[in-house]
Amino acid sequence: MPGISHAHSVVEPSPLYKRVAGVLVVLYAVLTMAPLAWIFLTGFKSAPDSIAYPPKIVFTPSTEGYCNLFTTRSRQTPEYIAQLPPVAGVCDAHARGNNMVVVGSSNYPPRFINSLIIAFGSTALSVVLGVTAAYAFSRFRVPGKDDLLFFILSTRMMPPIAVAIPIYLMYREVGLSDTRLGMILLYTAVNVSLAVWLLKGFIDEIPREYEEAALIDGYTRLQAFFKVVLPQATTGIVATAIFCLIFAWNEYAFAVLLTSGEAQTAPPFIPIIIGEGGQDWPAVAAGSTLFLLPILVFTVLLRKHLLRGITFGALRK
Amino acid sequence: MTALHPKAVLENAARRTPAPLARRVRGLSDRALAWLFITPTIVLLLAVNIFPLLWTVRLSFTNYRANRPNATVSGVGIDNYVSVLTDPDVWAAMQATAHFLFWTILLQTLLGFMLAYLIDRRFRGHGFWTTVILIPMMLSPAVVGNFWAFLYQPQIGLFNYAVAFFTGIPPSSFEMIGSVNLAPWSIIIVDTWMWTPYVMLICLAGLRSIPEYIYEAAEVDRASKWRQFWSITLPMALPFIMLAVLFRGIENFKMFDMVNLLTSGGPGSTTELASITLKREAFEKWRTGYSSAFAIILFVTVFGLANIYVKALNRVKNR
Repeated sequence: MPGISHAHSVVEPSPLYKRVAGVLVVLYAVLTMAPLAWIFLTGFKSAPDSIAYPPKIVFTPSTEGYCNLFTTRSRQTPEYIAQLPPVAGVCDAHARGNNMVVVGSSNYPPRFINSLIIAFGSTALSVVLGVTAAYAFSRFRVPGKDDLLFFILSTRMMPPIAVAIPIYLMYREVGLSDTRLGMILLYTAVNVSLAVWLLKGFIDEIPREYEEAALIDGYTRLQAFFKVVLPQATTGIVATAIFCLIFAWNEYAFAVLLTSGEAQTAPPFIPIIIGEGGQDWPAVAAGSTLFLLPILVFTVLLRKHLLRGITFGALRK
Repeated sequence: MTALHPKAVLENAARRTPAPLARRVRGLSDRALAWLFITPTIVLLLAVNIFPLLWTVRLSFTNYRANRPNATVSGVGIDNYVSVLTDPDVWAAMQATAHFLFWTILLQTLLGFMLAYLIDRRFRGHGFWTTVILIPMMLSPAVVGNFWAFLYQPQIGLFNYAVAFFTGIPPSSFEMIGSVNLAPWSIIIVDTWMWTPYVMLICLAGLRSIPEYIYEAAEVDRASKWRQFWSITLPMALPFIMLAVLFRGIENFKMFDMVNLLTSGGPGSTTELASITLKREAFEKWRTGYSSAFAIILFVTVFGLANIYVKALNRVKNR
């Protein structure tokens, strides 16, 4: 309401009330961030600090966790280590401090790269399939449209483990087990339902007049789609892509059941990072931090479209 | 047919319209384009979702075992369905799932609505803090579940330490994951931590959808704040709350990743939810026929519940 100051509105909460609400929300936010802060901090702790009692909030930062995340080490006798050439790099120093030598790089980088390839590959495919199907559903009279749309959505309701049984058998038959292509196709099939529903919402909001003007100017439908609709839908396409990316990035159930090496992504790998005598928590924390960080960035980028994304486009702001 | 018949007039006009509109027919017709655009998606879904589903249905009537691909397979009729439905382990899993569903949905709805209500007071910086609160739900449930196992460690874990700090109970006196009584709550706490923001976001949309003039009218009528809440805020936000409950219900019925990494169903089978039992049967015991029947039963259940719920939701919305 321009011209009317909010302070005079009868429905505006009183300043005290606002402050109390603010304090409570901030309190919740801080509480909810504590576990994440702990993951971040643990990544920079030495092994003894990570399991100290009482838990250490102040500690000397160490890069050991990150070193252990990226390297494999083997135990050697002090005599053997003594006759080695001088230490090369931080990680070497950490290893030798524990009577070990670095023998190679760990599996974390290839798993991380698998995650990237599979997430981006399936996202690209979902968005291409999604935007074309969404355009058709939005603009053309498709027989049985509502049933088709509902069918597309219902595929998302299946429990992943239930789907994984036949997929496992099918992939074994056609040689897609533990391949990136297999995972890309699978994630695309899961994401395309979200992509169609979200993008249909976005395309519905683009006025048809734009395309009609283009058609009158002599464009074909296809040209109008590429030159008019797609540029108009850019925001929606980007938001949808990020949602698909996040799903594929985070997915665990299919990944743990259908991949074991070649195509394994990071989520099934991070929990099995073990050191001597159980889980190497600083390394796990380091791996988790690097893996969760991109999502943090995406959440901030997406915040305006989050509501729409999580409700399949049912709610918009 | 006279020359003034509307259809004839239109046809005549169309015939006389010059090039631009006629070019519409150049290239693909709308109809061809519609099918060209939709078919790939449908084909992919048929190949990766429906074909496997039908395969599951077929397997559910056999004694097939995926780890013995060369053994002879014979049909067993509805035996698998009978044994799933009479299996006490399955019912235990269903009970664990129901317990998990009930408490997660209850806690998330209460907390989420309260948070949304507070955020809707629009204090300074509420946008920033909303984004902060939303972060947990975006993260990988597997990685988060795995890390919560560390937070739950007795003695050294942050969770036990925090509880000890506020209540005075010694931090090594209880084990969240290790004890039969507390383990079901350990997964409820993590799920609530992760997904309260989800409910909050949907509730916030509900609260913001209520037009201000309704409150203004209520003020004019001197309705108390309390009365306004119960007669305006809550009923008008209800369809949104129910939508959140629907989505959370479906998602948590399928819950696998976070719980598998946090407790993997233990101790005993106290946190063994339906999906985890299914994984055990299918990928550890390799009872493929049996687990296919179980999978079909789960799918029909989630689908049926969702349908009933959507109907109820529409009724509330149209009220």
